[in-house]
Amino acid sequence: MVNKETEPIFWSLFSAGGVVAGLFLPIELLIFGIAIPLEWMHQPSYPALLALVHSPITRIYLFVLCSLPLFHFAHRFRYTLYDGLQIKHLNEVVFACCYGIAILGTVTAGYLLLTM
Amino acid sequence: MSSGQSSAPALAPVHGENEQPQVTYTEFHPRWYRPQISTYWWLGKWPYVKFILRELTSVAVAWTVAVMLMQIFALTHSGAFYDGFEALMALPVMILVNFIAFAFLVFHSVTWFNLAPKAMAVRVGGKRVHGILISGPQYLAWIAVSAIVLFILATRT
Amino acid sequence: MSIPKTITLEVSRYSPERDPQPYFQSYEVPVKKEWVILDALNYIKDQIDGTLTFRWSCRMGICGSCGYTINNEPKLGCATFLTQYGRGPIRIEPLRNFPVVRDLVVEIGEFLEKLKKVKPWLIHEDGNGTGEYLQTPSQLEEFRQHSMCINCLLCYSACPISGLDPIFVGPAALALAHRYNKDSRDQGADERMAILSHPEGIWGCTFVGECTRVCPKHVDPAGAIQQYKIAGAIDGLKQFLMPWGQKGKQPKREAQKS
Repeated sequence: MVNKETEPIFWSLFSAGGVVAGLFLPIELLIFGIAIPLEWMHQPSYPALLALVHSPITRIYLFVLCSLPLFHFAHRFRYTLYDGLQIKHLNEVVFACCYGIAILGTVTAGYLLLTM
Repeated sequence: MSSGQSSAPALAPVHGENEQPQVTYTEFHPRWYRPQISTYWWLGKWPYVKFILRELTSVAVAWTVAVMLMQIFALTHSGAFYDGFEALMALPVMILVNFIAFAFLVFHSVTWFNLAPKAMAVRVGGKRVHGILISGPQYLAWIAVSAIVLFILATRT
Repeated sequence: MSIPKTITLEVSRYSPERDPQPYFQSYEVPVKKEWVILDALNYIKDQIDGTLTFRWSCRMGICGSCGYTINNEPKLGCATFLTQYGRGPIRIEPLRNFPVVRDLVVEIGEFLEKLKKVKPWLIHEDGNGTGEYLQTPSQLEEFRQHSMCINCLLCYSACPISGLDPIFVGPAALALAHRYNKDSRDQGADERMAILSHPEGIWGCTFVGECTRVCPKHVDPAGAIQQYKIAGAIDGLKQFLMPWGQKGKQPKREAQKS
């Protein structure tokens, strides 16, 4: 799976995901993971959020936010495991797990956002 | 003068272009000392520690996506599910984990934007543009994007 | 801080016939303001212990022979002053990520094989770059920085990937390939991409960035490799999305060669 035909594509996904993650993820986690639970800002009501998520633009936004960063993760974490733990011999297993997570997340996001 | 220059050992012939270099003369130098790299090499030097922390930001990225997927799942199911999601996020342990993840995400953003000028050699009029002209707009975009998302969510009631 | 009269050098010694592994030997050497590590090593060799083995040649940062690990950092012996280290001691070891032949001398045969692989010469359709080709100063600027490499191998010593994965082509060789790709007189980019767009070529690099930090010539191998990756990604995506458009591009050069 890791060869000269696939590696440019995985690296492109890694880069695109890196940009998306860098720009969008900190504010998402800050709002929903920290600010709202600590009541630094008020919680948007359930119907208001639902209405927001029903907009096609939001759905595309959320889909991109859930898929590309996972491919970024898959590429980077795979190399972290190779280099950090020196487990290059487990190449195939690591590869399957990392990209398995990315594909699973992407499919889940696509399914949830299309069928709601 | 320098010594230790043994007569050049015969190199193996260069094979096809994609094959790895085959240096096969080890048998004539049975006592080359090949140090082993420790499994914890990334603790050996501060730049290596920074590197491994930068690489581990990918875990925070995956975690954040997992939180978002949970949120979308709860949101698209029912109000009761979403209340459950809120209660989960309000657990002290979750807030702690999210704080750590947030710090890693910011570290990812900063390192990503700072390293981008290295990878992009943009030239205008024969001269390479200064790195700040590449990373600067990314920082501005980061601020703008964060402000827009914050504005949209803060104005929902 | 005043300059001490003497300083202790802890030098890594290894004799393949005698020692199972390297050990440190301490030498007391005089300190002079203008002395570099290489002067101190030569003082040891001439005055204290003639068996100490190390490589050196030009004494002026051009030949790239005197790379050692000095207090855990890869440095050129001729460009590192004794006075930088205060009262010492200074620990001198061979470059990391290479087999040690003896004392401070490392075996670089594997690197030379890698260097050949990247075709670091002008490839041109009429006679492999032996003619005269005009080049403007701004075209020269495109690659000048990456052409300053002296093959001192400090970058391989700093690069953890080179140590972990001995078949990784590595910083200096990849930067040199990028240097020729960026040369307006060169037409070998496709040939090199075919060799280097590979998990052990450009994709093996994880941008630790240490190669650039330690480079005494400011070649910036890390930047060169990332730029090379972008070129490789564009190339790979083109082949993936429009496989028909890429045929005929490479056989042309192949035919030239035969």
